[in-house]
Formats: sequence, C-alpha cells, structure tokens
Amino acid sequence: MPGNFATASDVIRFLPEIILAVMGTLLMILDPLLHRRSSNAFGHLSILALAGALGGAIYAYLNGGPAFGGMLMVDGFATFFGVLVIVAGILTILPSYRFLARQGAETSEYHALLLFSVAGQCLMVAANDLIMVFIGLEISSISSYILAGYLREDKRANEASLKYFLLGSFATAFFLYGVALIYGSTGTINLAGVNVVLSGPGAPSLVFVGVAAALMFVGLGFKVSAAPFQVWTPDVYQGAPTPISAFLSAGPKAAAFAVFLRIFTTAFAPIGHGWEPLVWASALLSMTIGNFAALQQSNIKRMLAYSSIAHAGYVLVALTARSEVGTAAAMFYLAAYAFMNIGAFAVVSHLSGKGERYQNIEDFSGLAQKQPLAAAMFSIFLLSLIGVPLTGGFFGKFYIFKAALESHLVWLTVLGLLNSAVAAYYYLRILVMMYMREPAEATEAVEPLSPGLRLALIVPAIGTLFLGIFPNWVLDFAGKSSVLLK
Amino acid sequence: MILLALIAVLIGGGMVAAVAARWSAAAARWISLLALLADFGLGLSIWVRSAGAAGPWLVDADYAWLPQFGIRFHLAVDGLSLLLLMLTFFLGFVSVLASWSEITESVGFFHLSLLATLAGIAAVFLAVDLFLFYFAWELMLVPMYFLIAVWGHENRVYAAIKFFIFTQLSGLLMLVAILALYFFHHSTTGVYTFEYADLLGTALPPGTAMWLMAGFFVAFAVKLPVVPLHTWLPDAHTEAPTAGSVVLAGLLLKTGAYGMLRFVVPLFPDAAHKFAPVAIVLGVIGILYGAILAFGQTDLKRLVAYTSVSHLGFVLLGIFVGNALALQGALLTIICHGISTGALFVLVGSLQERIHTRELGRMGGLWATTPRLSGAALFFTLASLGLPGLGDFVGEFLVLLGTYRVSIPAAAIAACGVLAATLYGVRLVQRAFHGPNVHELRLADLAPREGLVVTLMAVALLWLGLYPRPVTATFQPAMDRVERVALK
Repeated sequence: MPGNFATASDVIRFLPEIILAVMGTLLMILDPLLHRRSSNAFGHLSILALAGALGGAIYAYLNGGPAFGGMLMVDGFATFFGVLVIVAGILTILPSYRFLARQGAETSEYHALLLFSVAGQCLMVAANDLIMVFIGLEISSISSYILAGYLREDKRANEASLKYFLLGSFATAFFLYGVALIYGSTGTINLAGVNVVLSGPGAPSLVFVGVAAALMFVGLGFKVSAAPFQVWTPDVYQGAPTPISAFLSAGPKAAAFAVFLRIFTTAFAPIGHGWEPLVWASALLSMTIGNFAALQQSNIKRMLAYSSIAHAGYVLVALTARSEVGTAAAMFYLAAYAFMNIGAFAVVSHLSGKGERYQNIEDFSGLAQKQPLAAAMFSIFLLSLIGVPLTGGFFGKFYIFKAALESHLVWLTVLGLLNSAVAAYYYLRILVMMYMREPAEATEAVEPLSPGLRLALIVPAIGTLFLGIFPNWVLDFAGKSSVLLK
Repeated sequence: MILLALIAVLIGGGMVAAVAARWSAAAARWISLLALLADFGLGLSIWVRSAGAAGPWLVDADYAWLPQFGIRFHLAVDGLSLLLLMLTFFLGFVSVLASWSEITESVGFFHLSLLATLAGIAAVFLAVDLFLFYFAWELMLVPMYFLIAVWGHENRVYAAIKFFIFTQLSGLLMLVAILALYFFHHSTTGVYTFEYADLLGTALPPGTAMWLMAGFFVAFAVKLPVVPLHTWLPDAHTEAPTAGSVVLAGLLLKTGAYGMLRFVVPLFPDAAHKFAPVAIVLGVIGILYGAILAFGQTDLKRLVAYTSVSHLGFVLLGIFVGNALALQGALLTIICHGISTGALFVLVGSLQERIHTRELGRMGGLWATTPRLSGAALFFTLASLGLPGLGDFVGEFLVLLGTYRVSIPAAAIAACGVLAATLYGVRLVQRAFHGPNVHELRLADLAPREGLVVTLMAVALLWLGLYPRPVTATFQPAMDRVERVALK
C-alpha cells in the first residue's frame, strides 16, 4: 500500500459514496429541525443527494480508474450499475412521499437508510477486491433489513424484516466463508490477482477454490433471489413497505448481480467450466419456480416477488453464457427491469391505501375507468415484464437469449423462452382486471395521482419505452463496459 | 418512404381517432375509415405503378436500426405481400363499418386497437428483416388481445388469454429458430445479419435445418391453424366482436400462410421438401376435421370459425404440394377466404345484434323477415362452399388440381372436404333462414351501411371468381420464386 493513501483522484472516484454518506448523516441530524415544518423536506433532500451522487458518479467516470490502491475500480461497468442504483433510489423516493404520508410515518430515518443503502450498492459495484465487496454488501443489506421492517406497527413488516435479517446474515456469512477460503488458497483478495493465481501454474487445489466459489454463489444467490435460495423473497416483498419492495427488486438486486458478474467473470473465469452447470441449473430452477409459483398468487406483491425470482433466472441465463455479450445482456436487462418493476410497484403502492389494505389482484378491478393514466402506465410495465416488443423487456430478453444461443446453450434458451410464455398468463390477468372489470372497493377509494407519483409512473414508462425503441445507446455503453471488465 | 407511410397512417389514424372519440364517437369511426381508405389508395398506387417491375421487390425501404446486431428496419413488397396488404386495408375498412353500431363503449380505444392490429399485420407483410418480422409478429398480438378481451362476448377473457399464450409460445420457438439461423449464417459467412435476402440459401446441416424449419413451422401452424394446434381458434373467433372475427379470420390466419410461403419454404427448401408429406397429411386432416366439426356446431359463429380450419387446410395443402397450380390456388384461397368468411362474420354479427343470440336453434325462417340479409348469407355461404364463378371455387379447385399431380389419394380425400362444405353450408342456410319462422321474429333488414359492406365484398368475390387474372399476374413472379425453390 502506498503511504499516501487517499489522493485527490481517489476522492474523486469515491465521490458518489461520499455524497450519499454525508447527506444521509446530515438528514438524521436535521431531523429535529425540519420535522415540524415540512414533511416533504426529507424527500426533497434525499432526491437532491441522489442527484448529487448521480453527478458525482458521472464525474468519477470521466476521471475513472482504480482507487485506493486498486480496492475500487471506477470503470464503465461500475458507472453503469452506479447510475442504475442511484436512479432506482430516486424512483423509490418519488412514490414514497404519498405512501409515507398515508401511513403517517414520515421520518428522516427512512430516507437516510435509503441513502446508506444506495451508498453501499455504489461501493459494491465498484469494488475490486473481496473485502470491499463484503463491506458494500453489508452496508447495503443492513440498511435494507431495517427498511423492510420500517412500518413497525405492522405484523407482516416485522416478519419480513426478521426473516430478511436472519436469512440475509446467514447468506453473508456463507459469502464471507468463501472469501476466507479464497484468501487462504490463493493468498490474495484482489479479483484480478485471484484470476492470475488460478490461471497460472501451481494453481491451488480445485477443491478449495470450488468450495469457495460455491459458498460465494450461495451468498450472492440469496441476494439476487435465485433458486434455491429464493424462499425469503415473497414474504419480504409482501411485508415490506411497497416502495421498499420496489427498491429491493431493483437496487440491491442489480448491485448483487454486478458483483456476481464481476467476481465470476474475472476472478473465477479460469474455472468457468466448473461453475457453469451450477449457474445453469440455478437459472432454470429460478425461472421455473418463479413463474409457476407466480401463477398461483392472489396477492399482487407476492406475485411480483415470484416474478422477480423468474427475472433473476433470466439474468442468470446471461451469466451462464460466460461471454462479454452475456454480460452486456445482463446489464441491459437489469436496467430495463429496474424501470419496469419500480414502475409496477409504484402503481401497487398508489392503490394500496392506508395500512396497505388493498394488495389483491382483484383490487385492480376497473382501474382503467377510474384512472386511465395509472392503468395505461401499469399496462406498459406489465407488457414489458411479459417481453412484448416496443418495451425494454423485449430487447432485454432478446439480448439475453441471443447471448445464450451464441454460447450454444440451446436447451436453456428454449426452456427459458417457454417459461416466459407461461409468465404472460399471470401478467395478463392484471390487465384483465384493470380493463375488463367494473370498479371495486379499492379502485373506488383510490386517491388522485399526486405530482410525485405521476412522475414515478411516467419516468419509468418513458424509460421502458425508450429502451424498447432505441436500445442502441444503453446497449453500446453496456457492450463497451463489459469488455472493460477483464 | 411510401411503405413507412402505410404503417404510419394506420398508427397515426388510430391515435387521432382515440383522441377524437372524446368528443364524438362518429368522428373516430370516420377518421379510421379515412385512414384505411388512404392506405388502400397508397396500396393501389403501388400496384398500378409497379406493374411489370423487375427485381425481387417492387418497392423497398431500408433504414438503419441496430447496426451492432445487423438489424435493419427494412420494409419491402413484392406481388405476394402487396395483395395481402390490399386485403388488409379492405378488410380493415369493412371491420370499421361492421362495428359502426355494435361497438358503443370505449369507441376511441377500440379504433386505436383495431388500427394498431392492422398496422402490426401490415408490418408483418412488409418486413424483410427477420428480426423486424418477429418484432411485428409479436406486436400485432397485443392490440388483438385487447380487441377480443375488451369488446368480445361472454367468455372473452378466457379466449383472449388462450389466443395470446398460444401465439406467444409458438412465436418464441420461431425466435429461437431465427436466432439460430442468424448464428449459422455468421459461422459460414462471418456476417451478422437478419436480412431476408442474405439469409436465403444459408448452408445448414440437414438435421439442423429440419429443427429450424420446425421452429418456424410451429409458429405459422398455430396461426394458420394446422389441426392439432387449432384449439385457440374457435374460442377466439367466437368470442371476438365482429371486427375482431373479421380480422382474425381474414388476416391473422393469413399471416401464418404468408409465413409459410415467405419463410418456411424458401429458407429451408430441403427440409420443407422432406417435411411436405407430413404437412400434406396435416392439411387433408384439417380439411375434413374442420368440416365435420363445423357440421356439428349449433353456435353460428363457431360454425363459421370451424369452416376456417377446413379452408385453411387447403392453403396448407397447396403450399406444401408446391407446384405452380397448387401455389396459385393456395394464394387465391387465402384472399377469397378472407373476403367470404369475413362477410359471413359480418352477417352473423348483424344477426346477433338483432336477435342477441348465435344459437341456430333460436333462428329459422328468417328469410321472410330479412330477405336482404338472408340472401347475402346464402350468397357468401355458397361462395364459401365453392360455387363455381366465385373466388373460393377457383382457389380450391386449383389446389385440388395441383395435389392430384402429386398424390391422388390426398386429392381425393381433400375433395371430400368440398362435399362436406356443401353439407354444413346447406345446413346453415336451411336452419337459420328457411322453414317456418317458429320464434316469430320480426327483425330489421340490412341497413344501407351494412348493405354497402356486403355489396363491396360480393363484388370482390365475383371479380376474383370470374376474372382473377390481374391478381394472379401480380403474385405470379413471387410464386414462381417459391416454386423454383420448392422443386429444386
């Protein structure tokens, strides 16, 4: 390690995390001062913080490179995911205004925790050694555990938080065990360093490394809710406050996938043929369990949770491809997925009412008559989740399965595509409710769209359509960044 | 440019209609009519100007879209697609007129969905980039789903979801085949492209070619429909509103036939040749099975739906027999079936509007009270069962003639289908319109608007039956190309 640890360029490359951490702390300090005046102030401040972090991330990218002696790597890949999690944070706050007001739970800690969580994810995606990954993972996860149980009075939220915390800590322990094994057998925790040792002569016993990779797979598999480590997902998504469910399905998931991609395609690239069958099976299992379980759900948050397991499966297909094209496809997909899923959850949070009473699919009856805009936006998100053309979901799936076929994963491709046809059924059911039924209790009681919520619907919808019609721009960037990865 | 305009006019028209419907439902209908009329005019102008043009495409429009994957926004027409486009605009026009009094709820959204479906269908006929083709193929599904699910009859949700899943599932198999073809093309030539003309003649190992052909075939077979994959059709056709049924029977099924002609045979000539006996048997089974089931129906709309299964069997037969006569016949059947069955759906729709049932048992003796409607129904039933002098006869007769040269048993059995058609046709007319008016129904006869629709369609059928030359001359060059590949 150089003596002069934090140079100016280190600080610049660390800018988004610094902004988020400082603003998060500031929010907690400001709490007693601001609380009485305006409950919206916290929201405004956090959006400001996230916007600042967004600027910081771009500035860091323009001055990119390794930071802190190679512990962080600010490259296109890190920036892509950094921007993604920050935008996911902003899109989570927009529907939170009304949601928190309705539940009478506006505090600064909600926003501060969200900022910390995003900061942790920014760290994860830029981490270039295993300890950094672990630290980022913990910052992100611990904040998320608390956020999941934010509505203290709610039994379900408590259950969600506890479950998430217990299982999550267990998974992190697995991950850490894997890190220890890697350090023990290769003598380094730097990702590129591990790659060099594994592909060089005198590589350590494959048993050690294999077990380490498997342990890390368990830890990360939990975070992205890949089968067979997915059991927590429906309960947590159902119990957590709806905007937080949206956030969990986008931010932490994307960051965990970023780590997944970085570790498995750099450090573990030399043993790729070893882990490929593992990921293959997990991908297929996730898609199948997710889609078939989603068919049975009557609670919309549980349904979206199972659908998010299925979508994790699609991204794992891209990972199984073990190619730059696959990495780019996964990146694109996660971006598209963040838009469409946060948008979908925003509609759910809009409709859910006080105490989140309305969570059933039947509660969407006749939404199109009462609020055509909300119904239309929800339709866009659902069609994108199905993967219909003109939406980001279509191109996302297309790139993933194209990458898989290019790597000769014919069966996984066919089974994955059949899966996505099954999925059409449960998404269409909601369309049927919205457009073909008469308004029911929930839709009669729905409040008018607030400006924040309007934005929370329109921005993801534009994003979804943009990625569906002009995917070039994002795709080129993803393609370039996936090459930088190695 | 003109090809892009064809699609843009429909989508733009649909959007304007959707907005206009806030003030006046009639405005939405008129705007949709005008948009379709404009497209019909554009189509005619292409037809007139391009008569006798050389080269594979009459008009060509090629734009960059996703260069990193070799995906282009490439539209083109030849005689085959031009005729199907004209049919699209014609039946679209008919559908708007047929929905004039039937659709009273969400009129704007209805016309947007209808025109978007038509735009998707037009894009399917126009796309010559395989990715774009798949894109359009999936895209036409969504507005069609809405047409059935929102404005359909009693069991509409079930029918709409069944339709969506069948098509989506089979479409995804086609996507795998398209991608595989794309990679095979790259591995032999080093070029990534979805361009139809480039992918033609890609060298494929025989086993692989069979698999890829199967991927395409399944997608088109679901739409056509080919018999074991047809079960979505009776539900969708029966539950859809009149316009939906017309578009389904007249156009959506034809996209399947078009796909066979445009992609299955030319892209995989050897595999298609090997597969032909199976397809021929499937076609013959479809002809008989559809006819027998049609005979057994008591729901008038379901009856007409099953006749489609039977008639499209002839199309499948014609395509895979593959000689000049059979191909000509298949194409004429595609066009004439669109018009005659479309007309039958329009008439059944008008009847349902009047007596609020489709049950044959609740009809009878309608001739006395609605002579014009009944006469029209008789005319189109006769057309549909293949009365000489009307278009359908020419098509099916040519298919039979072509089949006879390849397989006498197949031709003989298929000919029984024509016989069966007479039985269900006669039964339909007899039960609904002849006999005593036991239920003492007093109904309004066809209104001038309905009369206009029916007359237009009747004239078109007569023209195709008596003087099909302009039509056959237009599609002949395209058919010749298909035939050359098929007989290679």
